Amino acid sequence: MDRIPILKMGPFLLVTIQVDLYDRLALNLENDLISMVSKTGARGVLIDISAVSIVDSFMGRILGNIASMSRIMDAETVVVGMQPAVAITLVELGLTLQGVYTALDVEKGMELLRDKIGVMNDPEEDEEEPDDSND
Amino acid sequence: MNKIAQLLQNNKKQILESWMQNQLADASLRDDLISNEELRRQSDELISGLARATSSGNMDNIYTPEYEPVVEILSDISITRARQGFSPRETGMYVLSLKQAISTVLEEKYSEQPEVLYKELITTHKLLDNLSMVTFDTFIKGREEVILRQTDEINEISTPVIRVWEGILALPIIGTLDSARTQIVMENLLEEIVNTGSSIAILDISGVPAVDSLVAQHLIKTVSATRLMGAECIISGIRAEIAQTIVHLGIDLSNIKTKASLASALQLAFSMRSVEVRKINKNTGFSLTR
Repeated sequence: MDRIPILKMGPFLLVTIQVDLYDRLALNLENDLISMVSKTGARGVLIDISAVSIVDSFMGRILGNIASMSRIMDAETVVVGMQPAVAITLVELGLTLQGVYTALDVEKGMELLRDKIGVMNDPEEDEEEPDDSND
Repeated sequence: MNKIAQLLQNNKKQILESWMQNQLADASLRDDLISNEELRRQSDELISGLARATSSGNMDNIYTPEYEPVVEILSDISITRARQGFSPRETGMYVLSLKQAISTVLEEKYSEQPEVLYKELITTHKLLDNLSMVTFDTFIKGREEVILRQTDEINEISTPVIRVWEGILALPIIGTLDSARTQIVMENLLEEIVNTGSSIAILDISGVPAVDSLVAQHLIKTVSATRLMGAECIISGIRAEIAQTIVHLGIDLSNIKTKASLASALQLAFSMRSVEVRKINKNTGFSLTR
């Protein structure tokens, strides 16, 4: 398995990482995700890392990178479901992921994203076509 | 068969009696902690074990299979004694008085052959010195175990995570925060956040005697880890002196929510969760609207 599937859910992109990330996989994910954001004009990216039990500084940096890149492309990033051990490791590494939003689970993460981009459960909002001038 | 083993087997009764006498004569004997019968039983067991071990001919190395039962008995005795609160001297005396007892018997038996007596005494002393080392080793190990268990207990007691409301956790920290404790506090808190699905944690530091830059760093770490998990952290219970030291040390807590008391932190948590606490006019109780 060389790629992590990226699902489109309305204006958001949903990524569930089910395996432990190795460097190449993380880099692929970064590339895929950013091109997906630009292709779909997504307003939010939700990354579920509840199944990830091991992180290193590289992985932490990739998460930070994804967030900063998405921000430039006008999409917010929420990381959800981080394991306690992972959180402690990242803090010990000095990576506090500034600029990344976090939530306990996917549900709360979705809520947070909706809040952030001001889409309040409006079904019509689904078909919005943002002016893509940000390539 | 060597002389010591023979002696131990043939004169077992005599040695035991003499040893018991030595032990009982010692002023430091704690008959409040151990009964005479118990002492006699232990001693009897040890001499039998020693007789069996020495009959192999090995008198130097006590880390061989034949000495295993002896070392085991001794370790057992000293660990039990460590737990019962014997002093090192009392535990050491136990083995050392056996040395005296065997020496006495040896002396009687070989009084006509000074050379043999000398040689046998040296061997016996060497063996029993080794055994008393084992006693001390295990005695200290036993004491350390007790201390370790108590430390664990203190850590466990001092970091309870309380669920004060649906989705709100409180963690009163009492005592000085060092790295080891921060680790435990952090782990407990994060574990509990996952278990309860809480989105707000209140860290109450009114029980922390002093905050220096290290403690502050630990607090910041905990708050960052909580944030990474997707929960918010509020620090409460900051006393005037602590606020002063924090500012004087130049610690930046500006991106952490801080409140003076647990009550105001709880209030903030309520408003963050859109919960309202208000008084009902007719009743004296509280009503909660979510």
